[in-house]
Amino acid sequence: MDILIVGVGGQGIILASEILADVGKDTGFDVKKSEVHGMSQRGGSVSTHVRFKDKVFSPLIKQGEADFLLAFEALEAYRWIYFLCSEGSIIVNNLKIAPTTVSSGLMEYPEDIERRIKQSGHKVQFVEGLQLAEQSGHKKAMNMVLLGALSIHLPMISEKEWLKVIKDRAPAKTQKINEKAFLLGRNQQMLQS
Amino acid sequence: MKAILSGNEAVAQGSYEYGVSFAVGYPGTPSTEILENIVKFPQIYCQWSPNEKVALEVGIGACLAGVRTIVTMKHVGVNVAADPLMTFAYTGVNAGLVIITADDPGMHSSQNEQDNRFYAKFAQVPLLEPSDSQEAKELVGFGLSLSEKYDTPVFLRLTTRISHSKSLTIITQKREEHSAPPFPKNLQKYVMIPAHSRKRHLAVKKRSEELKKESNTTHWNYFDIQDKKVGIISSGVAYQYAREVLPKASYLKLGMTNPLPCELIKEFIGQVGKVYIVEELNPFIEDQLKAMGLQVEGRSLLPDTGELNPDILAKAFSPSTVSVVSAPGDLPPRPPAMCPGCPHRGLFYVLNRRKIRAMGDIGCYTLSVLPPLQAMDTCICMGASIGAVHGFNKALEGSDPPAFVGVLGDSTFLHSGITGLLDVAYNHGTSTIIILDNRTTAMTGFQHHPGTGFTLQGKEAKAVDLVGLAKSLGISRIKEVDSYDLAQLNSVIEEEIKAPEPSLIISKRPCVLLDGKEKRQQRVIDPKLCKGCKACLKLGCPAISISKGKAIIDSLLCNGCPVCEQVCKSKAVRPVE
Repeated sequence: MDILIVGVGGQGIILASEILADVGKDTGFDVKKSEVHGMSQRGGSVSTHVRFKDKVFSPLIKQGEADFLLAFEALEAYRWIYFLCSEGSIIVNNLKIAPTTVSSGLMEYPEDIERRIKQSGHKVQFVEGLQLAEQSGHKKAMNMVLLGALSIHLPMISEKEWLKVIKDRAPAKTQKINEKAFLLGRNQQMLQS
Repeated sequence: MKAILSGNEAVAQGSYEYGVSFAVGYPGTPSTEILENIVKFPQIYCQWSPNEKVALEVGIGACLAGVRTIVTMKHVGVNVAADPLMTFAYTGVNAGLVIITADDPGMHSSQNEQDNRFYAKFAQVPLLEPSDSQEAKELVGFGLSLSEKYDTPVFLRLTTRISHSKSLTIITQKREEHSAPPFPKNLQKYVMIPAHSRKRHLAVKKRSEELKKESNTTHWNYFDIQDKKVGIISSGVAYQYAREVLPKASYLKLGMTNPLPCELIKEFIGQVGKVYIVEELNPFIEDQLKAMGLQVEGRSLLPDTGELNPDILAKAFSPSTVSVVSAPGDLPPRPPAMCPGCPHRGLFYVLNRRKIRAMGDIGCYTLSVLPPLQAMDTCICMGASIGAVHGFNKALEGSDPPAFVGVLGDSTFLHSGITGLLDVAYNHGTSTIIILDNRTTAMTGFQHHPGTGFTLQGKEAKAVDLVGLAKSLGISRIKEVDSYDLAQLNSVIEEEIKAPEPSLIISKRPCVLLDGKEKRQQRVIDPKLCKGCKACLKLGCPAISISKGKAIIDSLLCNGCPVCEQVCKSKAVRPVE
């Protein structure tokens, strides 16, 4: 299973990928994951590769081979679609964050980003990440909503396993919120486009 | 038990398991998390030093005292530590010492992508290269034993994709105990005056010969013969990419790459047809093999700049399997930016307004080079801002030079800015230096430094007095300002840049990411008052954008600082009640 998680530095992508890698390991797979720290975390475009299968060599997914694209932001989803294999699916947060190249007035945020994503030929699921996170108690739990939305497509991993790892990984005081956010995300439905 | 560890976490775990008692370094991506994880083991003393040179010197002392030691730094940090390194390679160790160099091919967070394998060859010390976290852990142990057996410091080279990739690693609670004899009085070996150094250099040459034998026989360099038509010689993460793309080829996997296992390589080449070298950055292995007259290929197929990845290898070795799709070209890029609420932003805005240019430095504030601020004219290396602005102003002395200041952060100043400031004071400089004092090493993830009042292990420490320090260096004009107060910044900069003597401005505010977001007051723009003049966009704050002709602040991003409020002439920005 090759999963590319993309978004904007500071959105909680690294924690989401940690949890995903952990459930992969606990389910008995060889796991590798690659992320970038440092300068790129300051609001830049961020991508984290998570791979689990019987034997993984490269920590990076090859272009055109990812099974899932889990995107925390719409423009970033579109930017990374080319990593998906032809049967690959997109799970995308319904959120737009203007990059500084846009907010400073130099460039335009593509108005038709949803249409472009839908027309990519992949199965697409839009998730109301922010809204569901707020519903669960804190907007920061958006990463758990999105993990939840992904989880339903990974039938080899049980709900119990996910919840156990979330409990282990997330700070105790936010545990209830995180669980709730994950389950709200998990109950989303994939749309065919 | 198995854990998913990053290469950096694995080095920390290896340090514990193989009996390291002393760990020292300076933060730098991608090396930082090694010491941040070692601090979790109470059995290991660890510390941040002010810079990498000091860190290596401290490490040398510790290994001479008889405890196993690791010293950590990023690739460019080795440049700073190169002075002790080159001579320490002559004296050798007492207990084992491993230097971790974390290289950054592709420059995810660095100013260059130098290939530090050359340092190992230059200093004539062994070089180890893991290709995943399990190997990173075990090579700490192998490196320490090599260090002790051959009486040499050892290089363990990580790269960003090793440091920051996670893979399954077997970990144990068991810890080896090691001790070395007390530091002997051995002047010929440890006091490097010319007469002694000449003998030690001969000892280094002899050691290098013995290490060649080690490299030929160690299990860290091994064959995996499959399809004999193609043989790949590789090391580090490049080996994993090759296995992914060419699963059937035969491999010579190198874990020890200096000195190279020449006999083993010849034997491998004799068993396979076409031989390719798959290595990231410079043709370090390839050039040596070609100098031996061996028929190998590598650089003709693979780039010698930037990071490798499986796609680059696939294009080189099996183009028919390569995906034809690529990234859409018309999208607005999303470069990193100074955070909303960053206390550095206002200063660069003021410099821009006053048309003052800046010799810059290494840290989050380097991001001020990006549009719209573009407020930095140079960025070379840690601390270079001060020397560069002094030289620039000196060279144009007596003419009417453009206004330039030197700008650097607190951690960078303490790393290697102090001697630059001393130079300004000593050589009758008139430059204005600005320290952006945010009370942390922010870019690498908030490490303590000698100005913060705490050590890596969380003990209270003497916090350096920047004003007192600058005074004692000979700077008499010193101003402390609030980074959020644009009017004050403006007037102080105007005054100091005119002064006919050197001056230091210390612009103070803790990093916004450390300074409790919850208690801060977000800002909002009143659409009735906003005239759409876009003055606030000149700050380059990621939270501010224009929608339907009016400026808006994204409440998801705003970290609550008063800077945009001060640039709005229409008084449209106010705190959220």
